[in-house]
Amino acid sequence: MSMAEGASTASTAANSAAARALLQVDNVGKRFGGFVALENISLSVPAGERLGLIGPNGSGKSTLVNCICGTLRNEQGTVHFAGQKLDGLQAHQRTHLGLARSFQLPRPFVSLTLADNIRIPLLYTVARRRGSHHTAHEIEERCAKLLNEVGLGEKARRLPRDLTQVEMRKLELARAMAAEPKLLIADEAMAGLTHSEIEDILSLLVRLNEQGVTIILIEHIMSAVMSFSRRLVVLVSGRKIADGRPEEVMRDPEVERAYLGQ
Amino acid sequence: MTVRTPVFLLVWLVISAAVFAGSLALGNDYIFFAGYVVLQYVVLGTAWNILGGYCGYVNFGSAAFFALGAYSSVAIYKLITENDFYRMPIPVLMLIGGLVSGVVGFGMGYLTLRLRGAFFAIATLALAVVLQTLVVNWDFVGGSRGAYIIRPEQIEPIGNYIRYLFLLMMVLAVAGITIARLIEHSRLGYGFASIRDDELAAEAAGVPTLRLKLIATTISGALMGMAGAPFPYYIGYLQPSSTFGLDYAVNSIAMPLIGGTTSWVGPLIGALLLGSLQQIATVTISSAVNLLIVGCLLVIFVIIAPNGIVGLVHTYLQRKPEDFVGRRRVEAEMPGRVP
Repeated sequence: MSMAEGASTASTAANSAAARALLQVDNVGKRFGGFVALENISLSVPAGERLGLIGPNGSGKSTLVNCICGTLRNEQGTVHFAGQKLDGLQAHQRTHLGLARSFQLPRPFVSLTLADNIRIPLLYTVARRRGSHHTAHEIEERCAKLLNEVGLGEKARRLPRDLTQVEMRKLELARAMAAEPKLLIADEAMAGLTHSEIEDILSLLVRLNEQGVTIILIEHIMSAVMSFSRRLVVLVSGRKIADGRPEEVMRDPEVERAYLGQ
Repeated sequence: MTVRTPVFLLVWLVISAAVFAGSLALGNDYIFFAGYVVLQYVVLGTAWNILGGYCGYVNFGSAAFFALGAYSSVAIYKLITENDFYRMPIPVLMLIGGLVSGVVGFGMGYLTLRLRGAFFAIATLALAVVLQTLVVNWDFVGGSRGAYIIRPEQIEPIGNYIRYLFLLMMVLAVAGITIARLIEHSRLGYGFASIRDDELAAEAAGVPTLRLKLIATTISGALMGMAGAPFPYYIGYLQPSSTFGLDYAVNSIAMPLIGGTTSWVGPLIGALLLGSLQQIATVTISSAVNLLIVGCLLVIFVIIAPNGIVGLVHTYLQRKPEDFVGRRRVEAEMPGRVP
């Protein structure tokens, strides 16, 4: 009896925490066979946050994103988004709720033009939300506007194979933005970009954030992460070792050890 | 922009009427006999392409869906027509055949669509084998002996019954390409294309991939079943080994591939071309040469025009000097890439 009460209090507490935060990750664990990719990750992201997620290669950043977005199933723990439990929901249902992500390696729809690449989330995610039904013409305009924002407007009628790697990353980001998410997870959107291109993407993300989109930025380029993030989370070997203000996190001896070696 | 669907439909009905009138004017009913098979392949190719071309899921079990349609007609014939001489109209049989194959398509999709690539293809092949075994052992529809269907000689006011069957298949072919074209230009078509290109990215963009794939297997299966339903009346004697034959499976794959898989035009061109070639070969050389023709053409097209005739024309029309350089480079990087 008391155990049941305890459990229900715990779940109420979790629920209220989830209600405050836009994204609430509780004790998420994921293994691949004997390899522990994520271990007891807990993370709370309030609405409007600009969160940087860093960690060495193989530390579990992308696995965590995959568990949040439903591409992978976490064996342990729960994820709440906008007050709703995500466990058991498929990836597309999570996208409908307002969770969008870009892939680390760009995955464009290769047989569709750039405009049609953007059209997919508009047709399948935005169009099904209440009160946001677009006419064919409006969708056309949205596609053009989104492509212009990432500087691909002139290539709207081209196929992804005509793009450079850098442009594909921009397309990837534009497609995630097209779903009009509440939370955007940008998984290494800037790898391989020049300094001015990084500035472009950063200012784009900041603008999105100012419009009310919560953003999680996964990045290796420290200058970009430091200038963008208001909060920094560090993953090492599937565990969260630091979470806080960027300057403080970077001074943390454990983080220094993970990044610079002992 | 593009032609509206009612206009499209009207144009094709006029073309069909012209073809029918022209065939009548030739005064030889063999043209209907041969034309029926070509039209049947237009339907089969179009149906295959809805799952194989639009969604990228290769179905080796076309013959099974076709045969299901044919055997539903046989079952109804045995059940009703032989007992009290009531002949169910062929359009009704087509609807029933479509329903049966559509349901089986849905079921197959539900069981196998978690598989991808070669595994899905093998599963569809297995379905064909399982169904054939069932039919061979089902005595009511003739088992391995096959089943005879006695069709009327004439039908008013068209004349020879084969003309009636030809007409029905032509209507189904027009319906098939209209459905395929509708899908292509709709939200569904964009969803299918995203599944073909990258399922993970499609899910991330909000596309309910499993549901869409089930829609594709159901429509595709239903169309194949509808194509198969009049077949017993056409052939007169239905035998499991030929109804589940390799010809149907191979042809319904080869025709869209040769024509081009990304649009409704591809299967139509492929089926008209290959189907006619096969009919001509049957009369002039031997029916045994049919699959050889398909095989050779398939090899040639995979090497020269992996995107089929439509892709070939498309590339030719869109070619600009700077584009051409870029495309050549891409192709050089990815040799033998099949869409």
